[in-house]
Amino acid sequence: MTKQQTGPRMGPGAAPGQRHTRPAARHRSAYPYALYLPAAVVYLVIFLVPTVTAFYFALTRWTLFDSTFVGLDNFRDFLAEQNLRIGFANTIVYAVVTSGLKVVLGLLLGVLLTSRLRLRGFLRSVVFFPVLVSTVAVGITFSALLRPDTGLVNKALALAGIDGPDWLGDANTALLSVAAVDVWKGVGLATVIYIAGIMSIPRDYYQAVAVDGGTAWHRFRHVTLPLSWPATYSVIILSFIGGLRSFDLIWTMTRGGPGFTSDTIASIIYKQYQAGFFGLSTAGNVLLFIIVTAIVLPLNYVLGKRQVAV
Amino acid sequence: MRALKKLSAETIAFVLATVIFLVPFSFMLLTAVKDQAQAADLDFAWPGEWRIVENVIAVVEARDYVLLRAFVNSTILTVASVALIVIFAAMAAFVLQRRAGAIGKVANFLVLSGLIIPPAIVPTIWLLQTLGLFKTLPGLILVEVAFGLSYAVLLFRAFIAAIPRELDEAAQIDGCSGPALFFRVIFPLLRPVTITVILTTSVAVFNDFVNPLYFTPGDDNATVQVTLYNFQSQYSTQWNLLFTDIVLITIPPLLAFVFFNRKIVAGMTAGAIKG
Repeated sequence: MTKQQTGPRMGPGAAPGQRHTRPAARHRSAYPYALYLPAAVVYLVIFLVPTVTAFYFALTRWTLFDSTFVGLDNFRDFLAEQNLRIGFANTIVYAVVTSGLKVVLGLLLGVLLTSRLRLRGFLRSVVFFPVLVSTVAVGITFSALLRPDTGLVNKALALAGIDGPDWLGDANTALLSVAAVDVWKGVGLATVIYIAGIMSIPRDYYQAVAVDGGTAWHRFRHVTLPLSWPATYSVIILSFIGGLRSFDLIWTMTRGGPGFTSDTIASIIYKQYQAGFFGLSTAGNVLLFIIVTAIVLPLNYVLGKRQVAV
Repeated sequence: MRALKKLSAETIAFVLATVIFLVPFSFMLLTAVKDQAQAADLDFAWPGEWRIVENVIAVVEARDYVLLRAFVNSTILTVASVALIVIFAAMAAFVLQRRAGAIGKVANFLVLSGLIIPPAIVPTIWLLQTLGLFKTLPGLILVEVAFGLSYAVLLFRAFIAAIPRELDEAAQIDGCSGPALFFRVIFPLLRPVTITVILTTSVAVFNDFVNPLYFTPGDDNATVQVTLYNFQSQYSTQWNLLFTDIVLITIPPLLAFVFFNRKIVAGMTAGAIKG
């Protein structure tokens, strides 16, 4: 103990006594790191600690109080579960379908709602309002509207002479029906992002197209589409991450059913948590983490690169 | 001729938007005012009997006034989390935007991680239990703050980037530095983006279903979204009450929407693109 104080100083750096003589300006930056502190404490304790410990608990049989190390057994069990492969595929399909539709419909609505419509304000509000309604409420409402015999959707189709399927009860349509409702709820946000992106395009470009005698299609194809790329980038990243993690809408509308046909990774994690398999559930979480990172990081890189190119 | 074409295009847009976006809402409202027997049909018929008051009373009284408790809980949850998110995120975003260096890089990485990484739920429950905060409102508030910080930091940061550094320097010459510089000079300037963060975060927290489901099970700390889930299983046949509950808990976001419609859209776009 005493050796440290009496021994010769090793290496460079100020002697302990000189610490306080550093220039005052360095201590008093106008932007002190202390301002990070409250956010950092909450974030580190509530978010980062569980994220890191998850990697350990995923390897244990766990009751919240006791944990027994079992190695990769949880991952083996999780991957062996027959519905997991469906859940994995469903998660990807769901994320791709929802973010793809949000990009296409959001761009179309964005173009429509930045044009000189008289009802522009009204339509913007109408399209955006579902964003503010809770997902569970939306899920319950559409479960009723999508019922096979009494639901409004199939009644409307019957008027047109079409025999609509049991949207949520049929294994082939359940996941896509939920995805469609997700798009209905979320397209308002995509539209708003596109509206902002389109409005930030300088008018000069459109005038240049007009001078060259271009049509509305030219304006869209050669100006709006390429120059709203930053908006597309935001919409894809936001809705893709949301789609990979989505749980509440699927849980409200189908509970992963019929059978396991609309299960996603998030709903499987919840089912295993409910059943008391905490280690297994956490292993699912770690898998979801790996999948999200493995998809979003390269996607972000590719999209970001293209953004620079434009 | 062109005017006529434009008018018909507008009519089509109007009709489509109305059908696609407003019909589900009218369905909610119609079902909410029906009697039990008629609501069970779950069709689009006009209510035979208007039972607005009876349904509201029945929903409020159900399960020993759980809805009222839930409204109180949701209000506390929303106000507290949003207040903490706004202050914590704005402070962090300020330093993050102004001060480069290794710590800034780490902070930036953490902010992006917060957006991408799905929260590890059971370990979070374990942690809250260790801290004695599981199944409590303060625990849920901390969870909402931790999960909501990243998005708010990004919005604030994009906005702070537009505030000239000369302003900071002028304030420093006047002897204002550190926290004083932030709270007296910068924070008041952030008003537009603060309003956006308040609106988007409060809607997100108020409508959150997943976190209350995991972190505050039980009736005592139920939030309004979870009552919906309870109603659904308890009143599996009483659709009128379920939809009355839906309408009641949609009122706060609806009011926010009516009052701040323009600001939500304007502010959200400002942050979304730059972030």
